Amino acid sequence: MLRFPIYMDNHATTPVDPRVLELMLPYFTDRFGNAASRNHSYGWQAEEAVDVARKQVAELIGATAKEIVFTSGATESDNLAIKGAAHMYREKGNHLITVVTEHKAVIDTCKHLEKEGFDVTYLPVKRDGLVDLDRLRAAITDRTILISIMAANNEVGVLQPIAEIGRMARERGVLFHTDAVQAAGKVPFDVNASSVDMASLSAHKMYGPKGVGALYVRRRNPRVLLTPIIDGGGHERGMRSGTLNVPGIVGFGKAASISREELATESARVTGLRNRLSDGLRRELDEIYINGSVEHRLPGNLNVSFAYVEGESLLMGINDIAVSSGSACTSATLEPSYVLKALGTGDELAHSSIRFGLGRFNTEEEVDFVVQKVSAVVKRLREMSPLYELAKEHEEVKIRG
Amino acid sequence: MSYSEKVIDHYNNPRNVGSLPKGDTAVGTGLVGAPECGDVMKLQVRVNPETGVIDDAKFKTFGCGSAIASSSLATEWLKGKTLEQALEIKNVDIVQELSLPPVKIHCSVLAEDAIKAAIADYKRKQQDGQ
Repeated sequence: MLRFPIYMDNHATTPVDPRVLELMLPYFTDRFGNAASRNHSYGWQAEEAVDVARKQVAELIGATAKEIVFTSGATESDNLAIKGAAHMYREKGNHLITVVTEHKAVIDTCKHLEKEGFDVTYLPVKRDGLVDLDRLRAAITDRTILISIMAANNEVGVLQPIAEIGRMARERGVLFHTDAVQAAGKVPFDVNASSVDMASLSAHKMYGPKGVGALYVRRRNPRVLLTPIIDGGGHERGMRSGTLNVPGIVGFGKAASISREELATESARVTGLRNRLSDGLRRELDEIYINGSVEHRLPGNLNVSFAYVEGESLLMGINDIAVSSGSACTSATLEPSYVLKALGTGDELAHSSIRFGLGRFNTEEEVDFVVQKVSAVVKRLREMSPLYELAKEHEEVKIRG
Repeated sequence: MSYSEKVIDHYNNPRNVGSLPKGDTAVGTGLVGAPECGDVMKLQVRVNPETGVIDDAKFKTFGCGSAIASSSLATEWLKGKTLEQALEIKNVDIVQELSLPPVKIHCSVLAEDAIKAAIADYKRKQQDGQ
């Protein structure tokens, strides 16, 4: 039985796994204690639960529990990592390196630091969305204190070569932060194997609750120090003050542990669904283009441009499917996705793009429905498209000529 | 984005989608917008040479639902009008009829431009023909 609208926007957020929710619920009621309360069992119980979760989140990324700082989400984690390191290591240098396809939480944080006098290099990406390692190497100077490059992109699902980047950063004595929000729990991600010094994580992208995230902060080789961005009671070893969101953290821990245990089977299954979707659409339609590397890609991501069809009108026709579009007709700026632009996708194709984000709860039946529905609407809209008509006329002229 | 019922109706049941023969002297074709901006409209009118009245109108649009609805509505309004009456159709009329929100006003502007371009093309053909 299909349930509508079919949810295929798992890069935006994911539903809470029922196993996660079940574990969280008592922490809203019976076990409501403040994890910082030292004098009674309510507090101890909460603290114990947080300790378990901290270990579960650490295990997902090959870290130790003490290296996990809980936050309100990945935007805060990105802010803490970048601003915290910039302010702490300002004496050492004032140069940061990032990439143009980063999430706004990273880009805008870097822009904020530029106003404070930091220099930021925004590296371009290649046509496939990957950063050019030679350009990265060339961009590092004696004044560089931090490289921030995401593990997986939220729009096109492209996986950056973080192990190579980490090695390069380590050799040059530069800290490496990665926004691993989309990657963690979806593809193998190990902070030691990739020489990562800081990593941002979010619970709600891995079937946990919204409003809770974490920042991994390396404690050994090298030990990373951060200037906090929130002052207060000195929670989280002084790096992030504020009463811990105990139910959220409990859920995050469980979500991380499920993701770790099921990573191999789930990524294989989701890759299968993604390929089924991709093959199906290509069987039904000509002139569709996949944006970003197919090889270095998240299992659940398919970002595809349907030539001659505007994305928002396509979304309107497939309103029983929840996806997102790179078209900006909906936004006030009328600018299409900056990520697709950075990949060199023309504005026309960027306006025609749809991001499908498959996840744990999608089924083959849903994929088959989506293939049929999207193909039918694209065909209908192409019949209405003057660009399609012009292209066909052009083809005929070419054939005759 | 939520659409008005009229926009949804035009999107689901667009009136007068199609093409008229471009070479016909009785047909005027307007092609406006740019694919980079996410909107391209082709609007055509056929004028009865005896009466000077538009007896057919067709459109094809690449654009959002509001752009499709604006051009669909325009073709509906054009039929049965003289060229003078057709030029009186203003984008604000389209905005009102379809209850377009402020971010979609450019769609109605494009439809008005398409009407003007189609009629200008028709008039050019008549002059060239003489």
